[in-house]
Amino acid sequence: MYGSARREQFFETHVVPHMGAAYNLARWLTRNDHDAEDVVQEAYLRAFRFWESFRGADARAWLLAIVRNTCFTWLQQNRKPSLELVEDMPDLKSAQANPEALLLANVDAEMLRRAVEELPLEFREAIVLRELEGFSYKEISSITSAPIGTVMSRLARARTRLQKALQGGAA
Amino acid sequence: MNCEDTQVLLSAYVDGELDLVRSLEIEKHIETCPACALTVQNQQTLGAALRAGSLYHRPPQHIEERVRAAMRSQTRTKRINWPILAVAASLLLAGVFVDRMVRFASRPAPQTLVAQEVLDSHLRSLMPGHLADVQSSDRHTVKPWFSGKLDFSPPVADFAAEGFPLTGGRLDSVNGRTVAVLVYQRHQHLINAYVWPSPNSANSSVTATTLQGYNILHWTHAGLEWWLASDLNTQELEGFANQLIQ
Repeated sequence: MYGSARREQFFETHVVPHMGAAYNLARWLTRNDHDAEDVVQEAYLRAFRFWESFRGADARAWLLAIVRNTCFTWLQQNRKPSLELVEDMPDLKSAQANPEALLLANVDAEMLRRAVEELPLEFREAIVLRELEGFSYKEISSITSAPIGTVMSRLARARTRLQKALQGGAA
Repeated sequence: MNCEDTQVLLSAYVDGELDLVRSLEIEKHIETCPACALTVQNQQTLGAALRAGSLYHRPPQHIEERVRAAMRSQTRTKRINWPILAVAASLLLAGVFVDRMVRFASRPAPQTLVAQEVLDSHLRSLMPGHLADVQSSDRHTVKPWFSGKLDFSPPVADFAAEGFPLTGGRLDSVNGRTVAVLVYQRHQHLINAYVWPSPNSANSSVTATTLQGYNILHWTHAGLEWWLASDLNTQELEGFANQLIQ
């Protein structure tokens, strides 16, 4: 059958190995184990169906864009008020008012996890793609369909919030 | 470069995402600005904490099998060869189109449809018991028989003297309406004469066609539409038609 063997080989070598990254992103965006599994399964089926949209650059980025879009669709369908879009909060300036050093020794893993979970969805997404997956701004821009300037600003603001949360200040 | 401008860029600076010129500007600024220097340091600390590994959600072991199963069931139920399906669909579409075109082009004219109906009725009348509802050579019997059964009064005449005796009449359905059928005979040949009102039609001359070996004659006269069907030869049948018109 046309393309079938090629598709299966492509999946085994390029897509299946990134299931960890897919799950990690889905888990951070949905904040729930079961939802993350559902999203990963749905995203893989979509990737399987539309594998020809892969343009041969980076299968992990391609897959995570699908995971991310599946998540957003899923969240819209399953949790009505949850697309927190926080774009106009004046948190950049106020960050400077706290000139206290952040000490790694004082950063409790559980605290850090909670602080990231409490970030608005798109800030959380940017942090996960940057810090946990190590994507460049350009790659994040492509995965999230956002301009690079927006990626930059989301990351800056996400970090300011995290810093404040970890220093005990209200985010 | 002041602190306010710098704040937005510090994060990108820490990520190494600034171009060389801007990077150098930031470096120059933080040399003299302890607050921004601290921000850079804190962001580096934060980054290290985020990347330390504790935040990465490891997938449950069963997920790979679950996803594979879902993909397998999809390929099994949806193993559709799209390119071939597309070709098949377009062929089908083209076929339907051509068929429609051919049908449209070869669609019989309304008159031909009526002629076919007349012939069908004629053939049916040849089956035992179907020829006549009222069997009489007397037009004074046949004509009253029609009254009350039709919304018009068919002209009933006997042409026995001309060699075309009237043998009866019946009702039939042609062209979507109830019509009068007068049955005549010429030697061993039967003639079915179909007549119904057609008030808006002008008189027309007799046209003859042959369908499946039978002769079909058609004309319109005095607001009545006439059809004859018989295995009688055309010449004699046309002579009979002229008798009816007069």
